[in-house]
Amino acid sequence: MTAEAWQVTWFTIGVASLSTLLNLPAALALGWLLARREWRGKSLVETLVALPLVMPPVATGLLLLKLLGRHGPFGAWFAAHPGWEFVFTWRGVVLATAVMSFPLLARAARVAFEGVNPRLEQVARTLGAGPVRVFCSITLPLAARGIIAGAVLAFARALGEFGATIMVAGYIPGQTATLALSIYHLVQLNRDGEALQLLAVAVGIAFAAVWFGEWFLRRRRT
Amino acid sequence: MSVELSGLRLPLAHFTLEIDAVLEARMTAVFGASGSGKTSLLEIIAGLRRPAAGTVRVDGQVVADASQHLFLPPEQRAIGYVPQDGALFPHLSVRANLLYGWNPAAPRPAGLTFEHVTEVLEIAPLAERAPATLSAGEKQRVALGRALLAAPRLLLLDEPLAGLDLPLRERLLPYLLRVRDEFALPMIYVTHSPDEVIALCADVLVLEQGGLARRGKPADLFSPSATPRYELRPPPTS
Repeated sequence: MTAEAWQVTWFTIGVASLSTLLNLPAALALGWLLARREWRGKSLVETLVALPLVMPPVATGLLLLKLLGRHGPFGAWFAAHPGWEFVFTWRGVVLATAVMSFPLLARAARVAFEGVNPRLEQVARTLGAGPVRVFCSITLPLAARGIIAGAVLAFARALGEFGATIMVAGYIPGQTATLALSIYHLVQLNRDGEALQLLAVAVGIAFAAVWFGEWFLRRRRT
Repeated sequence: MSVELSGLRLPLAHFTLEIDAVLEARMTAVFGASGSGKTSLLEIIAGLRRPAAGTVRVDGQVVADASQHLFLPPEQRAIGYVPQDGALFPHLSVRANLLYGWNPAAPRPAGLTFEHVTEVLEIAPLAERAPATLSAGEKQRVALGRALLAAPRLLLLDEPLAGLDLPLRERLLPYLLRVRDEFALPMIYVTHSPDEVIALCADVLVLEQGGLARRGKPADLFSPSATPRYELRPPPTS
């Protein structure tokens, strides 16, 4: 494999890992709130969170571009304060893949939390454990299998994200080029041989991610 | 030990739970058909449900007062709760379940140690097992031990023998008697079985449709019969 192909491979794995990790806290919090609490605007938030799943990724990407462009409401703030630019940068790639994979993780977390018998949490409270200890020692371990499965799915989604990424970050070799963007680009240039190489890499990573997920679930079952 | 329930109200699906009572016996039974509000009453005392009105005092301490919006969360009440199915934590070993509420700093009566509790309940050999591998009776004993080891000032038992077959119930009753006598811990025992009430409790509250229908000593409320061996006596005609 060429140095360029390696770079694209590691960049893609890094982006997918980072977006999954960044998504985890918010997805767990939201999944828990959806599973365990009744609140105003719950169904609205539920719908908003599901939107990236059903909207065309390119449309989500356009929305992100407008929000995060230098003149967009969020883009202007980020440019002024931490000095972050999203458009045509690796940050844009992470953000686009994170937004696209967030619903998968949040929904998996919600289902996983709903599967935990609330009676167990109540009994833990009567044994003297506060809400934080109950969450960490009862809820989270019992929901772990579903959450891990959701994280693998979100990681896989982030690996293959195309539409939103190309809108926000474009295709800049060495900076924003992911596996999916590179494969498309190489085919456009009739460099099918290199594209097939990256295809093999994509298959390999996907296989490894799913295999890890299955292995983890099997290990926890015993 | 006393539990004072004054002006307690909680609307439920088909009726409103309304109770005024002071519980002072070492072991009080709350007796009634299923769906009479027994479990909701226990949940209010444990702090798992908020009453719509009224106050709950345990040993003189107000743990819930709806008019003052005062509500002590369950973890600050030191009230043990054993639900019907035991609700063991499936991902923890029996030992980790038993020690979940263990706090070395908490004041505890002499003898309330891991060794003694597991010995009294005959669950010491189960310590390294997973809850899924236990029989129904073993699960209930572990659940009871777990509640005891958290050193509560009051123990609430929600039909601990329901769902078990008769021979198993008869084998578990002695353990409950031992717990009552060994650890001098006040208990409120919810059941719809007259046999358990007779065997264990000194004071019986009969709930019907969420209200306190009758109250008294078991011998005054129950008469011997074939199956179950006791039944509720008809109300005195006076």
